[in-house]
Amino acid sequence: MVTAVHAVMEPLSPSSAAEKPTPRLAAAQPAAAAPAKPGAPAATHLIDIDNLDFFYGASQALHGINLKIEHQKVTAFIGPSGCGKSTLLRCFNRMNDLIEGTRVARGTIKIHGVDIYQPDVDVIELRKRVGMVFQKSNPFPKSIYENITYGLRLQGRNKKSELDEIVERSLRGAALWDEVKDRLDQSGLGLSGGQQQRLCIARAIAVEPEVILMDEPCSALDPVATAKVEELIQELRTRYSIVIVTHNMQQAARVSDRTAFFYLGKLIEYADTRDIFTNPANPQTEAYVSGRFG
Amino acid sequence: MNLENSAHLFRAKPNAARRAERGIFWLFRLATYVVLLSGAAVFANIIFKGAGTVFKTEAPFINTTFLTAAPESLYVFEWQGQKREMGDHAFRAFKQQHPEAANVKAESFVYSAGGIFPCIVGTVLLVLGSMAIALSLGVCAAIYLNEYARDGAFIRFVRLAILNLAGVPSIVFGLFGFGMFVIFFGWNVSLLAGWFTLAFMVLPVVITASEESLKAVPKGFREGSLALGATKWQTIRKNVLPYALPGILTSSILGIARVAGETAPIMFTAAYVVRDKMPWEVEKFSDFFLQGVMALPYHIYVVSSKIPQNEYTERVQYGTAFVFLVIVAVIAMASILLRNRLRNRYKW
Repeated sequence: MVTAVHAVMEPLSPSSAAEKPTPRLAAAQPAAAAPAKPGAPAATHLIDIDNLDFFYGASQALHGINLKIEHQKVTAFIGPSGCGKSTLLRCFNRMNDLIEGTRVARGTIKIHGVDIYQPDVDVIELRKRVGMVFQKSNPFPKSIYENITYGLRLQGRNKKSELDEIVERSLRGAALWDEVKDRLDQSGLGLSGGQQQRLCIARAIAVEPEVILMDEPCSALDPVATAKVEELIQELRTRYSIVIVTHNMQQAARVSDRTAFFYLGKLIEYADTRDIFTNPANPQTEAYVSGRFG
Repeated sequence: MNLENSAHLFRAKPNAARRAERGIFWLFRLATYVVLLSGAAVFANIIFKGAGTVFKTEAPFINTTFLTAAPESLYVFEWQGQKREMGDHAFRAFKQQHPEAANVKAESFVYSAGGIFPCIVGTVLLVLGSMAIALSLGVCAAIYLNEYARDGAFIRFVRLAILNLAGVPSIVFGLFGFGMFVIFFGWNVSLLAGWFTLAFMVLPVVITASEESLKAVPKGFREGSLALGATKWQTIRKNVLPYALPGILTSSILGIARVAGETAPIMFTAAYVVRDKMPWEVEKFSDFFLQGVMALPYHIYVVSSKIPQNEYTERVQYGTAFVFLVIVAVIAMASILLRNRLRNRYKW
């Protein structure tokens, strides 16, 4: 089963497939590779959530969620606090595993058709492919360079020239290179709030994930820093699939292609962002996006 | 409201609440001063009385014999109308030089001459070994409790047991060490038995403090690391433990003072009243761990309660106490320096 995850995911992550070819997986590829060509319009949905019930202990946080997240699009989750949007996001890389008493009671989450809650799934491999940026920016108290290379060193990639190259590429990718290129050896904590969050994004893209999950990445940032992160999301969308949880409806409207509205642990409406904000099908969605509650 | 009245609006007026405030303030201040004074009195007493033994009036101003020699008996006798004090070795040499002194009547005072070098060495060895054991066991246990264990009845029981362990008197640890290590494991009175007994004694302190230090490391460091595909152990090793280390060291400083100072746990397990050989004078390597040592606190105990008291033994008592305080202060200061260095390196 684990090899199946590798096999199905490998073709869609071109760079990592190129950098570390694994013969065993390569052998398994031909069968799986055919339907999953990057950019092919017929590509199946990246993340397929089917009838998901999720519990924190005895209290149910998600009720029968059905949702298909598309490849290389920005998907926004909106909804009032406690509606389950962050919970769902943290299911995609199984970060909820860290919280005691959480469980998927029913339903499945499939990434490339592989149910990620099966017991034989390699969570480490999953998290390498599904990166995450947190609400509170959490650069490690290490140098900027070490922050970026953290995930790579975990994989045993320690070659200086390779790391240098990835650090530059990731920081450029996160629109941070010009601001920090002269102080890569200084602590990541010395950066401003917005820079810290972009550093976290750079750290996430350094390991070449396929999906980047963003949990209210701008909620602690001022408008200027927020604008920069939003610009960055616009650039990243060409190479990564992004799922962003946000409280800021304007932000969802600005950055996303698809928007899902959650309320009380249920998915109320999921449609193209333009439709959600201009022509919502559900009266609850309309009430929320027009600011009448939430 | 006119201006004349408002000028008096905030002027202080004596009342009951104000008097109570002042009274309470002085009560707290006095309590603090009493504590401070008692501490100062103890230190002043030891420094004042001990300095006479440890320092000398002529160069090199430090009583090197006291710091580098083993304890021996003191002989006090009259010689040509003068009162002479000599240690055992010096007295024998003196008698050889002066055959006529062979039958001189000398009073002897056990352990009152020579020095306390073997005790210093023994205490340092006991502290190093037991802290090494306590820290490795304690940090492992703290990591397990804080990072791996899921909260449940068993873990709550373990925590309760650790808290209880902290309240067990040190003499009980001594008896436990005697029964377990000295008798049952057959290690006899040895460094090894002392190390483990002392380590178990400070273990609760080390575990509790290590856990607190681990808890103080922000959750974001763990989540950020795990989200990059780190295993739990990689996360702990690279992104949690380094930041908890300064706190763990702070706790171990307290542990050091306790380990160095406790007499009861080592009196049955590791300490000798007197031993002629130094710890490194062993035939084979394994003997090193299975030998008993002299130790400062036990030496203070012996010279204060096991031999007749007089002005000569008092010198040794206070001199030893003085040296002991200095050693604990030095070890603690070294730990504080190390901690500060780590703090500067790993701060967030």
